Amino acid sequence: MTPDIAAILGVDGIATGAIYVLVAIGTVLIFTVTRVIFIPFGDIAAFTALTLAALDTGQVPGTIGLLVALACLATLVEVTSLVRKQAYREIPYAFLYYLVIPAAIALVVWLLIPLKPPLPVRLAMALLLILPIAPLLDRIVFRPIADGTVLLLLIVSVALHFALVGLGLLFFGPEGVRTEPLSSFHMEIAGIMLSGQTILIVVAAIVFSALLYLFFDFTLVGKSLRATAINRTGARLMGIRPARAGTVAYLLGSLMAGVSGILIAPVNTIFYDSGFLIGLKAFVGAIIGGLASYPGTAIGAIFVGILESFASFQSSAFKDVIVFSMLIPILIWRSLAALHSEEEVDE
Amino acid sequence: MALLSIENVCVSYDKVEAVHNVSLSIEAGQIVTVIGPNGAGKTTLMMAIIGLLKSKGRMEYLGQDLARLDVESRVGQGLCLVPEKRELFHDMSVYDNLILGSYSREDRSQVPQDLEGVFERFPRLKERRSQMAGTLSGGERQMLALGRALMSRPKLLMLDEPSLGLAPLIVREIFRTIASLRETGVSILLVEQNARAALETADYGYVIETGEIVQSGPANTLIHDEKLIAAYLGGH
Ligand SMILES: Nc1ncnc2c1ncn2[C@@H]1O[C@H](COP(=O)(O)OP(=O)(O)OP(=O)(O)O)[C@@H](O)[C@H]1O
Ligand SMILES: [Mg+2]
Repeated sequence: MTPDIAAILGVDGIATGAIYVLVAIGTVLIFTVTRVIFIPFGDIAAFTALTLAALDTGQVPGTIGLLVALACLATLVEVTSLVRKQAYREIPYAFLYYLVIPAAIALVVWLLIPLKPPLPVRLAMALLLILPIAPLLDRIVFRPIADGTVLLLLIVSVALHFALVGLGLLFFGPEGVRTEPLSSFHMEIAGIMLSGQTILIVVAAIVFSALLYLFFDFTLVGKSLRATAINRTGARLMGIRPARAGTVAYLLGSLMAGVSGILIAPVNTIFYDSGFLIGLKAFVGAIIGGLASYPGTAIGAIFVGILESFASFQSSAFKDVIVFSMLIPILIWRSLAALHSEEEVDE
Repeated sequence: MALLSIENVCVSYDKVEAVHNVSLSIEAGQIVTVIGPNGAGKTTLMMAIIGLLKSKGRMEYLGQDLARLDVESRVGQGLCLVPEKRELFHDMSVYDNLILGSYSREDRSQVPQDLEGVFERFPRLKERRSQMAGTLSGGERQMLALGRALMSRPKLLMLDEPSLGLAPLIVREIFRTIASLRETGVSILLVEQNARAALETADYGYVIETGEIVQSGPANTLIHDEKLIAAYLGGH
């Protein structure tokens, strides 16, 4: 391997890693706030790509059907639980949040499609359709078992991922898509070609991470999310509802995953089931960060991207095997580190 | 009409009943204390009033049935608990902890003014405003827990053993602060093992033993009760 090739692979790896950073940060966010290891963020990313591809060709994306179906189901679950609690006064809000708003988004997008809107509008439409999906899934699947163990939540999360793959096939069909590059810009630095897409991916990862940081540090809602992550009982005693903090976390995580889906679609062909590998690799990055530290997660996700890039140069058939084999020593290292810090607490 | 009145409240952990048929009430502006030995059920009672534990019996706050409100709604209505474990946000700054105390309030414009008020009351917190809560000393943590509670402008402040684990000098400071809160018009339900200090601060007192109220009366009567002196107030 020449230095030139190493440099190209390095740049490629950073761009791939930046995609994983976006998904991984969402994963950590959800885990710290709700204790759910949300495997389906990869699916959310893939569905965003499929949605955008449909919108690009003027078709009605399957996301609309998926969104309406989930909205109806979530409304049913919420209203049933409100009736059981005899909280009849909250039922109109349940309809507003779980049915009217998602349905309105679906309707607006559906009406806009025949007008052939420009790319920025299509991006916004794709993200708007994707954002409510994870919060709705949370209401349907995780809220009823919110007090369960992390393991139970993880098992349900994995099951949910497989259910989503099935729904993906139903609503999007088996064809793969690749969207137009968002930019045709190219430039050369020190003999390495940088495409506009690569730059865009890295810039987006930096910008969205920075925005999240500002949100956490400077807004009351952001602080309430951190508070919930640090001490749920303490947060509840301040009047912060863990379920609401969870919804905000799912929205933010979906935004990050949706952006990553938009960025990856011009680079890789995306199928209804492509989310699994994205989600799993982001998860490996999040594990490197101990499922707690955002900078650690970002470094971990970039590391996974670079590893994948070099592995695919050596043997493209085995690149995923190489990446996931790395998981074993990392898990051993992390569990040793966790043991160590527990001992410190005991002292 | 009482601010809070509870009647025949029972609280159980699984099958063990830790609080039996407890009734008590607090008028607006009053400081009421619940004293009792280790394991008497004081914390259990506080957790039930705030809604973190399920209970049987009747609880009325501001004329409404508390059973219909979850923890967050109770907090939104001005009920506030400083729990025995403090439950601070250790990895967040003192300032952030205080601001989060105001989370449930709707009058956001008053928050900076109240923050200044808390800093005046506890100058130590102002010095440490950007320090992480986890790095504070025991006394400072208690001040932060109190300050964070005050940031919610509670109508009824419940304090679970605010003197627990603190040095005598700081205990005196904490009780002075509690007494000075009277001026702000807040009602206080004070749980203590430090019976003498609690009765000196309070208007009315209840004595709880093994989950039941065994005695109650005006604080200045209880403090001279011979049986109580023998049991809790020691010789000094
Ligand atoms: N989580 C729990 N599960 C089961 N039993 C509990 C639990 N917490 C407390 N208890 C029991 O309930 C009873 C009352 O405990 P509680 O903590 O309310 O007492 P307390 O008056 O606050 O005591 P202290 O002064 O030590 O804080 C005790 O017998 C205790 O062992
Ligand atoms: Mg106690």
